[in-house]
Order: sequence, then structure tokens, then C-alpha cells
Amino acid sequence: MEIKKGIGVSPGVVISTAVVLDAEDLLIPPRQVASDNISQEVDRLEQALTDSVAELAELRNSVTTQHGAKIGGIFDFHLGVLRDKSIVGQITGEIKKNASTAEYAVSVIMRRYAAAFTQMTDPYLAARVKDVRDIERRVLHNLIGQRQEELTHLTRDVVIIAHDMLPSQTAALDRMHVRGFATDAGGRTSHTAIVARAMGIPAVVGLGDITAEVNSGDSVIIDGNRGVVIVSPDAEQLEEHREFERKLVRLGADLKSLRELPAETKDGHQISLQANIEFAEEIDDALSNGAGGIGLYRTEFLYLAGDHEPTEEDHFNAYSEALRRLGGRPLVIRTLDLGADKYTQAKAMQPERNPFLGDRSIRMCLHDIPMFKRQLRAIMRVSRMGDVRIMFPLISTLMELRQARMVLRDVQEELEDEQIDFRQNIPVGMMVEVPSAAIMASQFAREVNFFSIGTNDLVQYTLAVDRTNEKVAGLFCPGHPAVLQLIRDVIRAGARNNVSVSVCGEMAGEPLYTLLLLGLGLNIFSMNGPDIPEVKKVIRSTTLEHARQVARRVMSFDSERQVMHFLREETRKIIPDVF
Amino acid sequence: MPNVSKDIVVSNKLGLHARPAMQFVDLANQFTSQIKVFKGGDEPCEADGKSVMQMIILAATEATPLRIEANGDDAEMAVQRLCELFDSKFGEED
Repeated sequence: MEIKKGIGVSPGVVISTAVVLDAEDLLIPPRQVASDNISQEVDRLEQALTDSVAELAELRNSVTTQHGAKIGGIFDFHLGVLRDKSIVGQITGEIKKNASTAEYAVSVIMRRYAAAFTQMTDPYLAARVKDVRDIERRVLHNLIGQRQEELTHLTRDVVIIAHDMLPSQTAALDRMHVRGFATDAGGRTSHTAIVARAMGIPAVVGLGDITAEVNSGDSVIIDGNRGVVIVSPDAEQLEEHREFERKLVRLGADLKSLRELPAETKDGHQISLQANIEFAEEIDDALSNGAGGIGLYRTEFLYLAGDHEPTEEDHFNAYSEALRRLGGRPLVIRTLDLGADKYTQAKAMQPERNPFLGDRSIRMCLHDIPMFKRQLRAIMRVSRMGDVRIMFPLISTLMELRQARMVLRDVQEELEDEQIDFRQNIPVGMMVEVPSAAIMASQFAREVNFFSIGTNDLVQYTLAVDRTNEKVAGLFCPGHPAVLQLIRDVIRAGARNNVSVSVCGEMAGEPLYTLLLLGLGLNIFSMNGPDIPEVKKVIRSTTLEHARQVARRVMSFDSERQVMHFLREETRKIIPDVF
Repeated sequence: MPNVSKDIVVSNKLGLHARPAMQFVDLANQFTSQIKVFKGGDEPCEADGKSVMQMIILAATEATPLRIEANGDDAEMAVQRLCELFDSKFGEED
């Protein structure tokens, strides 16, 4: 039994069986399998070796064709090692003798050889350590790929234990059977956290070395409320958590009873609560949580889920499916917001030195007009099937917005020429998530129909904090007075110019900020579906007048500590049972 | 079963690096005999002549004395052909 403390980023409690995903670029910790699974591990090893040999043979052939046999011959040594019976025998021996996972067995044997190389005095031979590491990584990559493949077709419920989840990994998960996440790395706004909340399953991140503590098949409790993971719990802990699980279900039922009630303050002020989604399939859940529409449809998963860039039809199918499920409620489609992530950096010819200030999001789209047009064409083609709106992310200058609108106009003209019907006056909006856009909100307001404030990026760029870097993540705070001033100014600029304003960042779904945002004049909140009931509860428990008083007070503070303390007190006063 | 061995000295400049080791192992694997390579000198050790990794780890640089030993039906032929490979300096020098 082992209790690990991390950051609870998605609420709920789950008791299930662990599947551990190793990372090929990190040290694989010693890990065991049950004795009746040993032969299965040997099979996995053999399969991974076969796959690695096939990859290398192909690589050698293509390199030989392009650069000659001498360069291609480099891979002969790699192939020789993978076919080396004595090495394969040692790895298999490690699996059989110690019931090790294939991953650990490969890693431990190859590292033993790597160590032997580093001790050599001959510099040419010592340099071969790179080849040994390269071979190890290739085999591990194939082994880990097998595990991931298993996670796309599960037959029973599991929780995933990983160093960190990549977008490409979460995109392919079997969402029916994955019941929770626990990761070594990550913060409150990491990808794992966002996906877990969207799926409505518990997650604890920032656990440091959870992957070293858990073996696949272990029983694990993930407590997303308290930020705790218990490995191989004893009977008492199991009972305690089952009780807690039941209590949460009751509380959930209580909040769900709010579903039919309007999001209205005590003095009759109506607020629109919408949901953020990544998959059309999430819409049913969002609506059952009380969402009045989709305020943010992230389209990145279309690019991450498949092995090819999505075609216009892929876009079209996803969007029409979403509209069908929405039955006339609004759908805000955010155009591609990739870049500054492992996926694009891995594909790039040369990784960017500062990806978050680099070629990401709308900038990337404006650099690849054909790709951008495919998405815009699909959006325009579904524009008559429901209430569709377009939103451009990461706009930082007026010129970018105008360029994006020009591409949209091109697409519309093309569709006219092809006599394809679309909605002429489709609402076009932009994310306000770069300080320059927030500061110039009055100017931008003349050229868009709506603003949506993306607080995650706005905080990151205003405070110069990388929220995924554990060392500085503590500085990341939406309640920082500088951020709040920007948000207030954007809401004001919107109101003066008759441009609607929503907040679609994590902040909108945190009940702690509901009073403040309400008091600043925000009318539209867009958040993960499971967060809607709590936010609605805050709204229904206060008056607009009270919220305005709270906001005035908050805007007089000069530190985020005062802000957070005051908001916590005020929120606890009105909903003591949730807080 | 015949047991044959022969002593040689590594004479190519780079020694038994990746490519020569591959050539040696590829050839060794064509025989059914068990093949072992012993390294003398300051740090004596032995390697499975059919394992490229072990052959490289011998770190047999130029002028290293080696004993090639084969045990099996085709031992004679194996030792002869493997020694020829060393004599030819693995085809890498003029």
C-alpha cells in the first residue's frame, strides 16, 4: 500500500485496475507482471523486435537509395543487435527470471551494454553508446505503441498511469473504459487535466514518480477531489473510498437537479452557460449538465486523432454530427489552434526555440492557407444546418484578423461560384488571449461579432508563466490584478460596441471566480460540462448587485493573494456545502 | 566433436568496430559450430562470436591479440574463414 499526493485536477473518485504507459525517453522503472502473464510479455518482446527490424530494414533501404550504401550501412549494426541471439536471450531471461515487463527487461539489458560502452577508452567505440540508446528507444517505442493500441479497444474498466498524456495518446483512448488518470507531470491546466474534465473522470497530476510505484494490473484508487492516489489499497481504505464515491454520486445528483432550472440570479438577471468540447460525442453529456450551447468547440483532435491531416469531409462530418446533437443551440467552432505542442514540434523540420511565441494557432493557419481553407469551407457548408459561429484563436494584431477574414471571404466566394448554399452573415468572433488584443479590445470590437476570453493563454502571456513548468506553475493565477484589469476592459469594450463577450478559459468553470466575473458584467460563461451545475448554483444563490460589490472590492486589491482570499470567503458564504 | 582454435592479432587500423564486427558475426552465424573469441592482454575477456554486441564490447583495437575458437562439426572451416577475414583487414585498408 502506498499513498501519493499530487494535484487533483478533475473531481471524482475511482477504484480500478491500472494500466501503466511508459515513456521511451525516460528511465523505465523496475516493473513486474503477474506470473501467468510472463509468456505474454515474451510475445510482446518478440513482436516489438520484429516490428523494429522491419522499420530498420525499411530505413536502411531508403537511406541507401538516397545517400548510398555507406550511410545506409550504419543501420546494419542496429539490425545486427536486434537479431543478436545472445542479447535477445538475455532480455527474455530477465522477463522469465524476474517477471519483469518487456519494457523494463529491454531497458535494463540495453543500459548494461550502454554502460560498458561509456567505459571504453577508444573514442570511436565509446561513441557507439548512442547507437545502443537509439536501439533501446526504438524497441521501447514499439512496446509502448502496443500498450497504447490496447487502450483503444479495452474490454474492462482501467485507469491510466503515465508520465504525461500526449494529445495524440488521449485522442485514441477507448472513452468507455478509461475511468481515470494519474500522471507524474502536469499542472491544473495541463492537457491531461483538460481531457479528464471533459470526459468527467477523476485525475490527479504532478505526482512526481507515480509511474515508478505502480505496475499494470495493480489496484488503484484515484481521488480527484483530494488529489490523492492510493496504490494497492487495504480493505479499510477501499471501504472509506467507496463511501466517499457514494457521497459524490449523491452530491452530483443534487447538482443535476439544477439542470432544468435557469441560470438566473436572485434578482432575475439571466446568464448563458455553455460548454467547451473536443468531440461531438460530448454534447449529450454537456446538455444533460445544463449547457445552453457550445461556446468552444476545439477542433485540434481532428488533426491529432487520425494518421492523416483531416480532409474537408472529415471536418464536415464532425461539424454536422455536432449540429445534429445540438438541435438548434449555438455552436462556436474555433479554427485550428495547434502549435507549441509536442505534436507539431515533433513534426517540424526544426523545433522552434520558443514555441509559445512562435508559429502557432492562427499564425500557423495563415502560413498554410490550403489547410486553413479546408476547415473554413467545411464550416461554411454546415452553416445552414444550425446556429454556427466561427472563432479565430490567438489573434494578436488587427492585420491577422483582417487576413483571416479575407481567407474566409475567399472561401465564401468559391462556394458561391460552386453554387453551394451557406449563411452569408455567419457570426465571426475572436479569442482574446494575447494581452495586445485585450488592450486593443475597443478597436477589435469594430471588426468582430463576439469576443471570447481565453484565460489560460491570457494569464500565461500576461504573467509570463509556463503553466506546465512545475517550478513556476505557482505563479500562474487568473486572479492576478493585471489579468483582472484586462478582463474587465475587454468586457467593457464589448458592452460599449454591442459585441457579446464570453469567457471560455478554465476560469469560467471555477465557482471561485463566478461572483467576480458576474460582477464585472460577464453574461456568457463557457466551461467543461461537469462544471456547469456548480457555477449555476453560485449564480442562483446571489444577486447581480451583490456580485458587483464583490467585483468592485476585488478590483481595489493589489495582490492575487488578497483577491483569492476574499473570493474564497465570499463564495463560501453563499454555497457552504460545495466549498 | 572437433575443437579448433587459432591465435591472431588485429591488424586493421580502427580495430573491431561496428562494421567489421558485423562482418565477423554474419560469417560466424553461417556455421553450426559454437564460436568464441578470447582477448588476451591486460584485460582478458571472452565473447560469443555470434553476438555483435559482445564482439564490439571486446574493444579489440589494433594490435590486440585474439584467440578464435570453434567447437562443432564445421569448426575447422569456421576458424579458417574467420581468420581470413582478419587477414583481409575486413576490406577497409589498401
